[in-house]
Amino acid sequence: MKKSKQPDIKPSEITPESVYFNRRELLKAAVAAGLLPSIAGDAAAATVPPSGELANVSKWPDSLDEPSNAWEDITTYNNFYEFGTGKGDPARNAHMMKTRPWSVEVAGEAERTGTYTLEDILKPHALEERVYRFRCVEAWSMVVPWVGFPLADLLKRFEPTSRAKYVQFFTLYDPKQMPGVRYPVLDWPYREGLTIEEAMHPLTFVAVGLYGRVLPNQNGAPLRLVVPWKYGFKSIKSIVRIVFTERQPQTSWNMAAPHEYGFYSNVNPNVDHPRWSQATERKLGAGLFSSRVPTLMFNGYAEQVAHLYAGLDLVKNY
Amino acid sequence: MPRRAVTLLKIATACACTAPAVWTVLRIFEVGGLSLGPNPVEELLHTVGKTSLNLLLVTLAVTPVRRLTGWNRLVTVRRMLGLFAFAYALLHVVVYLTLDRQLDMPTIVEDVVERPYITLGMLAVVLLVPLAVTSTNRMQRRLGRRWVTLHRLVYPIAILAVVHFWWQTKAKLDPEPLVYSAILALLLGARVKWFWQRRRVALRAAAAAEANR
Repeated sequence: MKKSKQPDIKPSEITPESVYFNRRELLKAAVAAGLLPSIAGDAAAATVPPSGELANVSKWPDSLDEPSNAWEDITTYNNFYEFGTGKGDPARNAHMMKTRPWSVEVAGEAERTGTYTLEDILKPHALEERVYRFRCVEAWSMVVPWVGFPLADLLKRFEPTSRAKYVQFFTLYDPKQMPGVRYPVLDWPYREGLTIEEAMHPLTFVAVGLYGRVLPNQNGAPLRLVVPWKYGFKSIKSIVRIVFTERQPQTSWNMAAPHEYGFYSNVNPNVDHPRWSQATERKLGAGLFSSRVPTLMFNGYAEQVAHLYAGLDLVKNY
Repeated sequence: MPRRAVTLLKIATACACTAPAVWTVLRIFEVGGLSLGPNPVEELLHTVGKTSLNLLLVTLAVTPVRRLTGWNRLVTVRRMLGLFAFAYALLHVVVYLTLDRQLDMPTIVEDVVERPYITLGMLAVVLLVPLAVTSTNRMQRRLGRRWVTLHRLVYPIAILAVVHFWWQTKAKLDPEPLVYSAILALLLGARVKWFWQRRRVALRAAAAAEANR
């Protein structure tokens, strides 16, 4: 597998720590002064409040025809190591994260780079509800009614150049709001990546809500990816940075254990994790006496995404 | 220490060792709002497994605590602690075979043969069996010095159990198995230290005896 090199960072590009830690205040001032670029369009205009119900959510016609997992299952059983490695830790600790104000930095091979406020990011997008399967690399799964919009619609607004072959995403890293980052469990900040074709695929989704409500912090508020044919860790949470790159970007789990977690990490029942089988999965909420069910190729989305990997050896490119 | 105190210590230990099982049963039957959560099989599997590991480490702590505090009667509950650790380890295996793997032999064989953390866990439980079987007073008398040698198996078993726990976590530096490893290192380290102390004393005594001849 191709290994990406560390990007060269010029000293002038490194943000002084004092500025970095005060970025929220600086941003607020910059927005007030009209200094920050505005990419807001005039269309549907999504309004996403900090919490509560989401208005004007349409139903996506191709949603999974299966009952969704309970709100309780989806919001109390999470992997979000910035808040601790236990499944219940995120639900306990994620309230420490402030999702307003929020900004997303866009950088790399695109015409319209810069720092955008959350409001600017969300404004032009109409919200829809999509019920997707969610398959964790740990061999459990659930069914989730996400609310959001296609990632392609967002990325196109930044006008990626022809050199943008990949997109990398970063999660917020702030020891003051995230008790879990005190431990070097992963190389913080958490980062993930997709090929530009994967990122632009109509199934790839930006979620801002769950069950018609604003996304709870432990599920990756205020905005996260949902890539339903890949293992859950690819669906990065609480995004603060998007970088268009020419070369395959670093991804956190691949950095931590390259022989266990590949860049692609497509759901594949035929390629086992070195330490456990991926042939079957346990459906959450099914009770103590439920049996495991077979895992589907590309998590059941093979028809829509298999062409992305035509000619690619999926055993080598796990 | 009077005999009544020993009896009380034994009752208290038995209660403490049974409490996790009672708590787990309450969670299974969702008594008073308790539950095993969205993934009950995994939660049950992990709860009994971790209880077994906890009790194994407590068993290994008996001798160091006894030496540090001089409270020698603690040894009267060591067998009970070890047997409870074994019982929870068996429960762990039963939950794995039935609820988790639904007695599907091909996948169980595949797991034990191909997944080293499961191989090590199984080995730990298998090695506990002779210790549990020879834990009676009669067996102890019958085996004599060999009993002590046999029961030193508990050291490699504890190492296997901690490695088994560590190996199945996703992140290599997950804090929880690190804490378990540190505690085990301390408990085993104490024994290594005593071993060398005893050896030094014995050598010195031998040298002194030689000089006096």
